Amino acid sequence: MMPSPLPSRQPSTDLLEVPVIEVRDLTMAYGDRVIMQDISFSVQRGEVFVLMGGSGSGKSTLLKHLIGLKAPSKGTILFEGDAFDLEDDVTRRRVLRRMGVLYQNGALWSGLTLAENVALPLEEFTSLDASTIQDIVSLKLSLVGLRGFDGFYPSEISGGMRKRAALARAIALDPDVLFFDEPSSGLDPISASRLDDLILELTASFGTTIVVVTHDLDSIFRIADRALFLDIHEKTMTALGPPAALRDHPPSAEVHRFLTRTSEGSP
Amino acid sequence: MTTAEATSTNAAVAGLQVEGDALHVCVGGRWALEQAQPRFEAVAGGTTTEIGRASVRRMTFDAQALDHWDSSLLIYLLQCQDYCEAHRLEFASAGLPAQIPRLLALARAVPERVQTSSPPSLPFAARLGAAAIRLGDEVMTAVGFIGEVALSVARLATRRVHLSWRDFWVVAQTNSSGALGIVTLIALLVGVIIAFLGVVVLRRFGAGYYVSYLVGFGVLREMGALMTGIIIAGRTGAAFAAELGSMKISEEIDAYTTLGISPIDHLVLPRLLGLFVMMPLLIIYADLVGIAGGMFVSAMMLDLSVKQFMNGMLAAVTMSDALLGIVKGTIFGVIVGIAGCMKGLQAGSDASAVGRAATSAVVLGITFIIAANALIDWLAALLDL
Repeated sequence: MMPSPLPSRQPSTDLLEVPVIEVRDLTMAYGDRVIMQDISFSVQRGEVFVLMGGSGSGKSTLLKHLIGLKAPSKGTILFEGDAFDLEDDVTRRRVLRRMGVLYQNGALWSGLTLAENVALPLEEFTSLDASTIQDIVSLKLSLVGLRGFDGFYPSEISGGMRKRAALARAIALDPDVLFFDEPSSGLDPISASRLDDLILELTASFGTTIVVVTHDLDSIFRIADRALFLDIHEKTMTALGPPAALRDHPPSAEVHRFLTRTSEGSP
Repeated sequence: MTTAEATSTNAAVAGLQVEGDALHVCVGGRWALEQAQPRFEAVAGGTTTEIGRASVRRMTFDAQALDHWDSSLLIYLLQCQDYCEAHRLEFASAGLPAQIPRLLALARAVPERVQTSSPPSLPFAARLGAAAIRLGDEVMTAVGFIGEVALSVARLATRRVHLSWRDFWVVAQTNSSGALGIVTLIALLVGVIIAFLGVVVLRRFGAGYYVSYLVGFGVLREMGALMTGIIIAGRTGAAFAAELGSMKISEEIDAYTTLGISPIDHLVLPRLLGLFVMMPLLIIYADLVGIAGGMFVSAMMLDLSVKQFMNGMLAAVTMSDALLGIVKGTIFGVIVGIAGCMKGLQAGSDASAVGRAATSAVVLGITFIIAANALIDWLAALLDL
């Protein structure tokens, strides 16, 4: 059971503070094919920021840019005011050390047990001794409700558990920013909502900044402080703001349809 | 501020003292995963006797000197909580930052799953028996698979199966023009090796001329087919296993089954047929290249002309020798195809399963090729072929 009610969150509203992530005039392209252009936004500390848009709109590609898997075709991405230089190995490791990523299907390493999966980033990035690492691993697995599953392999547990185990790995290093790619995909409504609770709980307790890629409306309205809408037809972002405000005053017809779950023909 | 002071304010500090009926825990400084943290047992070590004497009922906290914290503090507090549970103390979390009790509750929300203890290790005889039973099962599955393939071939012969020609041509292409490079290299070298062996040994008896016999027999009856079979086992058998193994993982095999399409008919049959058709051609090619290699060495070392070599060889080698090699090679092709497809379809469901499937397909393929070769040679000797 999740403790409730959820604590209140206070995303930083101080405009003078350096945003955790800042994207300036980003153009994303595969070769010559431009996916999205003129994307600019910033994510504040402690905020839950959602990247939304229809299938194929480039949400996941944008996420890949933010976590440094893909270099921008044009524009810059700043992490706490520093350009995220993919070439420079030292800065790259320093920045990556402070990020945690939960991939769509968990992406747990299938040859390692859950404990080994969570321990690997700790062994790689810290000089902690084995017993401390063991303590941290059990703590993280407990936080996601998988206490005692240390010795299990990813193939031996269910999809929802795999996702939670992947979350335990993502938070292994107490990251400042957590990225989620479609966290609710493939989960039943109860597990999806439990994962949302967990996301909110972790944000509130550790002050983690969260960036979520999703098109799950329930989730968007429940967890997002602000959301960015990527329009596949316009090939750029067409909305940015709190999701409820965007629903009530949609800046474009496409945003309205997306947030009210209506198709073009329906009234 | 001196350096020493800076270090002391930045380090994680934890203290423990008995105050009345309370065990008072003081945490302060900077708690971060990157640096060393106090462990509860170490801090408690000195005070345990004191705790034993005093009538301690609860554990209280003071976190006023706490500068920064992360998971490392949680671990320390969980150790405190464990201690409280073990000594029946009340865990009074009032003095801690507001978020911490919530996280501690979250960490303890789900009861620990008790790991099922690993089965006790069995005596040697039992392990041997279990291995024998496993082997028996594997043989039965293999026989079952071969039976299914045979049924599928029968269905094809009676035109009840729609063969996937696209797969067939892909396999035919990769096993003909696609394999020519490696087959050329290996066959040529094997021909050269046999000729070297012949020249060195036969020249001692003044029978160097007969090296052409040896090259002819050696390449046509044995080495052409054997080496090609091994190459194809490494190349195509592994590819079959990896391909079908990945399809198994992504549930593509299940998709065939639920549509009522037999994966054997649709996936295994075209692959086997592709190998079955192309192996004889590949063997003939390997034979020719191998003989050319042998001829080259004979010409270099014994000054045998091409004509002398060919005359010598054709006087001894008959068509049935060549045919025997071709038949063998075709059988090897079927062995490779069956081993590759079977291991692929039996693959497990994780990433390393594909690797294991490919490895065991190659090992199984090569083992059975050598075994079949020995059996066929023995039969040929019996039949005086």
